[in-house]
Amino acid sequence: MRGCSSVSEAEKAPSPALSRTLSRLRARVFPSPTPVDSPAPLAGEGRGERARRRQQDLTKWAITTPPFVFLTAFFLLPFLLVVAASFRYPGEFGGLAPLLPLLGAPGKDVGLTLETYRFFFGDLTYAEIFIRSFLVAGLTTLICILLAYPVALLIARSPKKRRDLMVLLVILPFASNLLIRVYAWIIILGPLNLLYTPYAVVIGMVYVHLPFMVLPLYTNLEKHDPALLEAAQDLGANGWTRFWRITFPLSLPGIFSGSALVFIPVLGMFAIPELLGGTGDILVGNLIKEQFLDNRDWPLGSMLSIMLTLAVLALAGLAAWAARSRRGEA
Amino acid sequence: MPRHFWLWAATLGVYAFLYVPLAVVVLFSFNDSALNAAWVGFTTGWYVKLARNQDMLGAALNSLLIALTASTVATVLGTMAGIAMHRYRPRLLPFMVITPVAMPEILLGVSLLLFFRQVLDMTLGLFSIVVAHITFSIGFVAIIIRARLAGMDESIFEAARDLGATPWQTFRRVTLPLILPGVVAGFLMSFTLSIDDFVITFFVAGVGVTTLPLQIYSMIKVAVTPEVNAVSTLLMALTLSMILLASRFAPDVLKGKA
Repeated sequence: MRGCSSVSEAEKAPSPALSRTLSRLRARVFPSPTPVDSPAPLAGEGRGERARRRQQDLTKWAITTPPFVFLTAFFLLPFLLVVAASFRYPGEFGGLAPLLPLLGAPGKDVGLTLETYRFFFGDLTYAEIFIRSFLVAGLTTLICILLAYPVALLIARSPKKRRDLMVLLVILPFASNLLIRVYAWIIILGPLNLLYTPYAVVIGMVYVHLPFMVLPLYTNLEKHDPALLEAAQDLGANGWTRFWRITFPLSLPGIFSGSALVFIPVLGMFAIPELLGGTGDILVGNLIKEQFLDNRDWPLGSMLSIMLTLAVLALAGLAAWAARSRRGEA
Repeated sequence: MPRHFWLWAATLGVYAFLYVPLAVVVLFSFNDSALNAAWVGFTTGWYVKLARNQDMLGAALNSLLIALTASTVATVLGTMAGIAMHRYRPRLLPFMVITPVAMPEILLGVSLLLFFRQVLDMTLGLFSIVVAHITFSIGFVAIIIRARLAGMDESIFEAARDLGATPWQTFRRVTLPLILPGVVAGFLMSFTLSIDDFVITFFVAGVGVTTLPLQIYSMIKVAVTPEVNAVSTLLMALTLSMILLASRFAPDVLKGKA
């Protein structure tokens, strides 16, 4: 097919629009099963074809390698370092103790250890902060669901023309800086005597993460077939029944993915508890920040980061699994 | 009662919840009072005071420099990653590109802090901030580019090749013009993310260099002054126009589909 079309295309090469149309036509007539960039070798391909394939391999290498190398160096490697650091001893003046005995001061701890993990699991204060973080994240997620649901439902049921504007209005506040949004609540909650309380932390968390719940929920609700609701109405179901028996169960995948998008960042957030909460309202994120910037106990900070990562992975997996099993059922 | 009455009531309530706090910030930035408590009278004095604040101006200049450098590099690398992900379907690259976007920011912040201090043993500053911003911006650019390519007719690229174009010519004359709106949107997006970032910058900035969000943070921590309102209002206006500009180039970005 390559041979037969190349003649006609070569003649018309000056007109790119025409050749584009031609090649599109040809693709429709002879649908090629292989990916475009690695065509199956044709019988009797010559040296030119081989050179061209080498060139293609080179192209692939040239565009894949730079981002891959950059992210390996500045994302993967640093992350593995955190894992490794959680098994080290803290340094005498902060940071990490040397790995090799020769480099350490005599009598000081060097090498690898499980000490930090033992310390973590033996001390209830850390468990308490983790549990509190989960409670705050759970409460935030729940309030976000309650606030986002009517908004997402109304947008999904609005005329198509109005939808984009309504979605935009949900996202726009999100475009302003995180600190500005937190600062706004300092101004508002101060006179109400709510500043530096757990309530302020939850309000701030809800405010900052609400768009993450509205968007997936709206994307889900938008896809519902209105015929289902009409059928239910014809069968005599009232508004509430239609909502609880049809709309709500069908929207569960949207709720799950929205919950993951809210719950996970809340767990790691340190700015909101620090600026809106009292001293007793610190969460995992604050604990990690303290170890790296104030106490300079890097092994403990690294270990807490690993714990947070594990929690995040478990939650993301759970949400994906829940959304998938729901979809399979529907 | 009109159709969807309760839905409308609840939705308007939520929109008010979203906008009233920001409106309060903007309003008080024009208030002729050092307290954010009651409306006294109109003034632009806080903006004048802001324009004379050397710390703030220095921080703004740093932010601008960092954002320009980081978003330029991130756009190039992100475009490469987006094309590679679309064309070759690699197994590892999507994981490397998406994870920094999806994980809690604090984790990227501390791991880069550890890496720069422990392994490279370097002084934190402009360089470490730029690298960190590139790392989290690549993902956003790559996602936008891949989404843009996904809707495209593959035979266009095949046609270019059949006509004897080299890979570079194909990219320069066919691929790039087609994905250009995505590239511009990706650049504006990473610029906004960089200008706005607080959490990751907080960890990798060190002591010497301040960015606009870091400056705002230290101001809020010490005391609440209307100067913060003024700088917040300006920053909001800037990011708002960037986002709206980006949405002109890639409308899907704002619909939560990209």
